[in-house]
Amino acid sequence: MTAMLEVSVWRGREEGAFVSYAVPARRSQTVLDVITHIQRRLDASLSYRFACRVGMCGSCAMTVNGKPQWTCRAPVSEVAPSGKLTIQPLRNLKVIKDLSVDMTTFFDKWARAGGAFKPALGRPTAGVGGDFAAVKPASRARRAADAAIECIGCGVCYAACDVAAWNRDYLGPAALNRAWSLVNDVRDGARRERLAAIAGDAGCYACHSQQGCTEHCPKHLNPTASIAGLKRASAWAWLTGKP
Amino acid sequence: MNAGASKSRAETGLWLAQRLAAGVLAVAVVVHLGVIITAIQGGLSAAEIIGRLRGNTAWFAFYLVFAAAAAIHAPIGLRTILGEMTPLPPRLIGLLMAGFGLLLALMGWQAIYGLYAFRPLE
Ligand code: SF4
Ligand code: SF4
Ligand code: FES
Repeated sequence: MTAMLEVSVWRGREEGAFVSYAVPARRSQTVLDVITHIQRRLDASLSYRFACRVGMCGSCAMTVNGKPQWTCRAPVSEVAPSGKLTIQPLRNLKVIKDLSVDMTTFFDKWARAGGAFKPALGRPTAGVGGDFAAVKPASRARRAADAAIECIGCGVCYAACDVAAWNRDYLGPAALNRAWSLVNDVRDGARRERLAAIAGDAGCYACHSQQGCTEHCPKHLNPTASIAGLKRASAWAWLTGKP
Repeated sequence: MNAGASKSRAETGLWLAQRLAAGVLAVAVVVHLGVIITAIQGGLSAAEIIGRLRGNTAWFAFYLVFAAAAAIHAPIGLRTILGEMTPLPPRLIGLLMAGFGLLLALMGWQAIYGLYAFRPLE
């Protein structure tokens, strides 16, 4: 007889309940495989989100046994050696249905944190209206931007962040990490506005630096370090009076 | 300057003030603990404490700065905790914390002055 997994899945919206399913255990099975089995064989009304299945898109993020992660990169043998799984939507975001969350606030906060690149027109390094930007790969700013740039916006860090849970306005690790990569972009012309946007009472100074985001980021980014960088940059701007 | 930008400036200023006060406290607490540990060797008495602090301008200045740093550092931290853990409006928290900081400073300074300018009762 095949061994069975005991899977508890959140059904509903903000109000809802866990429903239990028995899913056959397989070799090299991921949590996403388990969810797909439930949706295809046991209950077609289950809603969840995924696309690439190989850890590229970040759309399959959920809370598995209490931890936010990409379900397609979560082997059942590792996250639930006992064969018991509890699967919930990502924390800190509105639930649309079952395991799908509304990412609107998450991305609105990117916009509020000045997450859009604004070319510095007229500067020699602008790359717009002038020559191509010359950014030295080994320069400090370029390396700091590099360290932050691989974010794919999956929301895992945001779900891991307690401050985001306590303060609904907190911009969160991903948006602040994005702002930090732009603060280090020498072609960008919106440094002053961006620093003002991220230093408010729901910005970088609200971060407790306890690294829940860094611990859980599947891309191994370090939003905590980015946020510390923002604190330094805006404090420096405050002291010197220039951005 | 718009409201958002001045709020950002205020937050940045408070953060800096708290860090600077923390730097002062780091040194002051070490000195303070060192004094406590050496002073209690061979017992602790009011006379001994008064003997050390009364009329001593260096200790007086040291403790004035120490108390000021504590009075700056603590309310800023407490402000954050109250903001996260209670539904109190930010403005009220700000006022309460300004009062708390002032109270800490006055109490600390008063105690230090009391020892510095100590006159035994007739
Ligand atoms: S920082 Fe990491 S966890 Fe956060 S959204 Fe980007 S990739 Fe996902
Ligand atoms: S380090 Fe800051 S952003 Fe990261 S989880 Fe902690 S509070 Fe949130
Ligand atoms: S489905 Fe794309 S990262 Fe998991």
